[in-house]
Amino acid sequence: MVGQSAAEGRKAGRAGMRLVGGTALAHGEAVRLDGVSIAFTLKGGKRYVAVEGIDLAVMPGEFVAVVGPTGSGKSTLLNAAAGLLKPAAGSVTVFSSALSGLNGRAGYLFQADALMPWKTALDNVAVALEPQKVPRAEALARAREWLAKVGLATFVDRYPHMLSGGQRKRVALAQMLIRDPEILLMDEPFGPLDAQTRQIMGNLLLELWAANRKAVMFVTHDLEEAIALADRVVVLSAGPAARIVGEFKVDLARPRDISEIRLEPHFHALYKEIWSCLRVEVSRAYAGGPA
Amino acid sequence: MRAVPREDDDVDDEPENAIVSRLGLLALQILVGLVGFAIWHVLTVYPILGAPKQIQFFFSTPVEVLKRTWMEMTNPEIWGHLWITLQETVLAFVFGAAGGIAFGFLFARNALLAAVFDPYIKAANALPRVVLAPIFALWFGLGIWSKVALGFTLVFFIVFFNVYQGVREVSPVVLNNARMLGMSERGLLRHVYWPSALTWMFSSLHTAVGFALVGAVVGEYLGSSAGLGYKIHEAESVFDVTGVFAGMLILTVFVIVIDTIVTLIENRLLVWRPQAGGQG
Repeated sequence: MVGQSAAEGRKAGRAGMRLVGGTALAHGEAVRLDGVSIAFTLKGGKRYVAVEGIDLAVMPGEFVAVVGPTGSGKSTLLNAAAGLLKPAAGSVTVFSSALSGLNGRAGYLFQADALMPWKTALDNVAVALEPQKVPRAEALARAREWLAKVGLATFVDRYPHMLSGGQRKRVALAQMLIRDPEILLMDEPFGPLDAQTRQIMGNLLLELWAANRKAVMFVTHDLEEAIALADRVVVLSAGPAARIVGEFKVDLARPRDISEIRLEPHFHALYKEIWSCLRVEVSRAYAGGPA
Repeated sequence: MRAVPREDDDVDDEPENAIVSRLGLLALQILVGLVGFAIWHVLTVYPILGAPKQIQFFFSTPVEVLKRTWMEMTNPEIWGHLWITLQETVLAFVFGAAGGIAFGFLFARNALLAAVFDPYIKAANALPRVVLAPIFALWFGLGIWSKVALGFTLVFFIVFFNVYQGVREVSPVVLNNARMLGMSERGLLRHVYWPSALTWMFSSLHTAVGFALVGAVVGEYLGSSAGLGYKIHEAESVFDVTGVFAGMLILTVFVIVIDTIVTLIENRLLVWRPQAGGQG
């Protein structure tokens, strides 16, 4: 019974995809998930299907936000795109070639602190260039530039524990962007921050992204944040076996100011429209749902 | 003078609104030492528990002990003994730590190896190491190497378990982040596993150095011709209680000096930690 409804959902997802996919095929998507299902084996040997039959593509230069209630497998989806998780079924394609192992063309911004606590902000950013065999002196110079770009020029010698949560995120952002990845994967990166810092970080992200547009897959549970940032919002259903239940284009003009855009009438209209879709899933998730 | 307070380095972390000022605290600490000496002095010099001569045979007197300690410290002979003990301690620590780090890494990165050797490592660690001293004396002679071997068996397991833990418990987020940055296995080893293991090793550094010293002194005590343990054993064998106490006092000062040096090294190497010497 569950399987049946999931299959229907997949069909609906595919149909929705075709709208965007028409142009997509011409340019080649940055990331493409085809019928992706991800399952975990639980302690008792039971299988838990997190997401099922996901079709999702992100174009180069496109900012896609994925929203869904807690436990809908949003992060799981991101991990599949990153190559950190192997899907149980379906395929992940990166710039037209099948993904095997880690996605080397993607940068990943984690929700939790992911900086190396034993390295200064400067070293944390500079070390990201090491795999590309950039000479140390040049790596340090570029790391300084990037820290200045994220507003931390005077904090280069600080260790992560000496920085605030927002500052640590700035360092992580610089660490991710210095490698110039073609795909940015972000897993509720500003989730742990307070409301004001979140807006500031959101604006910083948009500013940096506008200067050098990459494909972005941004996972969040905050619909306002999703609309304010993204070109397209994808809504996931409540888990387990979450699937895509809606896709919405966000046609707000850029450049945007996150704290101002919320006041626009069109923002409200979009919010209402997407929320009516998301609300069902959120209440299902809180009612306990099938889980 | 400082026979009592060995835990005083913990007091440094006291918040600013502490009950007493630093100076006041130092005065109190010294006072405790003085009171201890005073009680010892009164009980051994005056006929309270029995004839002083008889009591002094067992307990000596603080003045005698201090006098003897001073005499020993100004006699160049003691430096030879200290040098031997220091050598044994340092060698035991270096070899034990190197072995512990190497095997800790190997086992943490190779689950099968760890699973197969697990019972043997537990068994070897369960063995009270002191019983090995005579065997080591037989194998390595009465020189420093039998003591180094004994210290090694003590240090090795402490460092081994900590490094093993450190490598196993690397934050998965930090690890995944480093991998997403494109780091190779070698890069991960250098930038993630190694610093993480070092942290754990340093959290056990005081214990490890302490055990290296225990190995050295116990080894000397059980059979040697030089070192602080030998000095104490020598005094004991002729019922020279003053000599035993003086040896213990010198040993204590020696340990405090080594411990202070370790703290300095630790603070230097773990600057990135929120509070050096915390976690663990």
